[in-house]
Amino acid sequence: MNQAVLEKDTNLEKDGGAETKLSIVDCDIHPAFSSQAELAKFLPQRWKQHLADYGPRSANPLVGTLPYPRMTPGNGMRRDAWPPNGGPPASDLAYLQEQLLDLLDIEYGILQPLAAGSSTLNQDLGVAMCAAVNDWQIDKWMDPEPRLKGSISVTQEDVPAALTEIEARINDKRFVQIAIPPRTIEPAGRRRYWPIYEAAEHYDMPIGMHSAAYGQHTNSGAGWLSFYIEEHYAFSHSLQSVLTSMIFEGVFERFPKLKLVVVEGGFAWAAPLAWRLDKQWERMRSEVPQVKRPPSEYLKENVWFTTQPIEEPENNRHLLDTLRWVGTDRLMFSTDYPHWDFDDPRYAFKVPLSPTERAQIFRDNARAVYRLP
Amino acid sequence: MNEMIRSLDSKPALSTVGAIDCDLHPASPATAALMPYLDEYWRETFIMRGVDRMSLAMTASPPRSPINVRSDWKAKSGFAGDTLEAVRAQALDPFGTRLAICNVLNGAMIMHSDDMAAALCGAVNEWLAREWLDKEPRLRGSIIVSAQNADLAVAEIEKRVADNRFVQILILAQNDEPLGRRRYWPIYEAAARNRLPVCIHAGGSNRHAPTATGWPSFFVEAYVAQGSIFESQLLSLVAEGVFHKVPDLKVVCAESGFTWLPSFFWRADKTWRGVRAETPWVTEQPSDIVKRHVRFTLQPVEAPLETDALTRTLEHVDCDDILLFSTDYPHAQFEGLNALPAALGETLARKIMIGNPLATYPRIAADFAKEVAK
Repeated sequence: MNQAVLEKDTNLEKDGGAETKLSIVDCDIHPAFSSQAELAKFLPQRWKQHLADYGPRSANPLVGTLPYPRMTPGNGMRRDAWPPNGGPPASDLAYLQEQLLDLLDIEYGILQPLAAGSSTLNQDLGVAMCAAVNDWQIDKWMDPEPRLKGSISVTQEDVPAALTEIEARINDKRFVQIAIPPRTIEPAGRRRYWPIYEAAEHYDMPIGMHSAAYGQHTNSGAGWLSFYIEEHYAFSHSLQSVLTSMIFEGVFERFPKLKLVVVEGGFAWAAPLAWRLDKQWERMRSEVPQVKRPPSEYLKENVWFTTQPIEEPENNRHLLDTLRWVGTDRLMFSTDYPHWDFDDPRYAFKVPLSPTERAQIFRDNARAVYRLP
Repeated sequence: MNEMIRSLDSKPALSTVGAIDCDLHPASPATAALMPYLDEYWRETFIMRGVDRMSLAMTASPPRSPINVRSDWKAKSGFAGDTLEAVRAQALDPFGTRLAICNVLNGAMIMHSDDMAAALCGAVNEWLAREWLDKEPRLRGSIIVSAQNADLAVAEIEKRVADNRFVQILILAQNDEPLGRRRYWPIYEAAARNRLPVCIHAGGSNRHAPTATGWPSFFVEAYVAQGSIFESQLLSLVAEGVFHKVPDLKVVCAESGFTWLPSFFWRADKTWRGVRAETPWVTEQPSDIVKRHVRFTLQPVEAPLETDALTRTLEHVDCDDILLFSTDYPHAQFEGLNALPAALGETLARKIMIGNPLATYPRIAADFAKEVAK
């Protein structure tokens, strides 16, 4: 690590253009299919035909698009991310290497496929789609590009099938986490999901929960929202519900070594959430005797947050309090490439970080959590 | 009893004497107590259907749970705040409260039948006026309405406005739809017309799960989720342009917590900058709109008070006008008389106790002005 460069980095607040040479782990990259046919290659004929005839059935009321249109084409893509050789953003490995991995000196990138296998209502189709997405990650991304690491896509509502898929992938060390959407049918802490957590703890694989546009309940506790700005905000609420449920159901008491990564929700809310959880637990702990310690302690031991979309206080330095409260040991940098609200590692943190903090957030925490070589 | 004596004797870090308590809960009335205030049709059918023997307390605030009944305030009945004597002895006298706003939480606000809901809301308001406000000059009331039918809500508001002791309109945090949607606008217009703030109080109708991930197992989870619901409601009011359409509207969030405000501001402002073309009528960043139009009752203070969390959070909020003093009596939010955390400091505490409530509630300010004139 070049000390002079690191010192220069600590001046980002004044010198927004400073370039970082610290290699980075990007914990949230969204690979895309070049075309609808691409996934079909990995599906048995029966499901290939089914998808062609019916499509993937989810609670989304629109065919093939999102009910809250984004503000840029391609469901909210960076306008400069469309590959020159055609296809949607992040569907072309060479362009992803050029625009993301090489440019930003990313040593590892964690793939977070958003394909609908986990949220497909037809459970057998979901199983087939998850397996296909996992094969596709190997074939299109991880075989040709060793910097990219995969997420085992599973059907959390069909737990036996999820366990089978985990077993099938566990010996492929390029898969570094088990991916479950936060908007499950029941809150994430309920017992139906525990066998998945048990397997994750057993294999020392983090569970990754990425903000999801699909679910089977209203997208906020206030009801169905009207605008994308509200939906986007509410993604962070589902992640808070996940943490609240897993803590109060006693998941981390039962699986003390379980690692949970919450992805694409930001992190500034984690401090007041911890305070609220602790205060109300103190008053109502008789209701949840399975919770042995203040909830904030589980957040400090079992949970990590990817940083994008990083919150931006009007006064940059207010973020320093948040970093202290949440802990720089809990944060893992992510870009969310190729989405519109991409965080650029060169500019995302507008406050001075010590060399140690910078190394933790941008590289070392992720290396440890994902056991990267 | 010993506990009660201790709480009466303990001297708080900051004195509350002279405060305006903006969130006090007389116990939800049994429906039998409302019968005199219902018309003949509802009296007859309630007897016929046995509704007069129901409590209509809401599961969002189970009336005997440890959070809702502070142990040293618990009466033999298992409830707290169920008599005027108890409220005087526990909530008014020991704190030296100048005025307190009664927020009655009752299932009247969430009955599925529009008409039954409206009839019950009217009865609760009348009961509050006759049984509480008539008897204790330190008490003020909130007009409870069922938000689901705005026309009936507006009719109830218009019926009560002549009584100056009602100082705001009360709705719940969780309704059929987000509160910014147009079906609710007539309530906001009536509120602004009559210079009454709209108080959104924690709790709700359970018409859908309180989280986007389904129904939590435990009450404590649902209580925590209220924070997210308030955030969604504020963003809904902002994004739908309610404050643009009704520029005089004041909203009070009660029992919402407030330490989540900085992260709310930071995320909402940043996203708004990126997607503001979606809601072109929102011409200012959400935090500025919220700071101008929305107030938050003090309790619960959700921050570890032995650290700098509250001090720093208030600096992040960067708006001294935003908090209104509350005890949230009889809910268990603090020990003894320590409703005001020391970290607030005397100047801000005074503003929260008196200045901010006076600026929020024109009817209370008018009462104060009259007293000064005398």
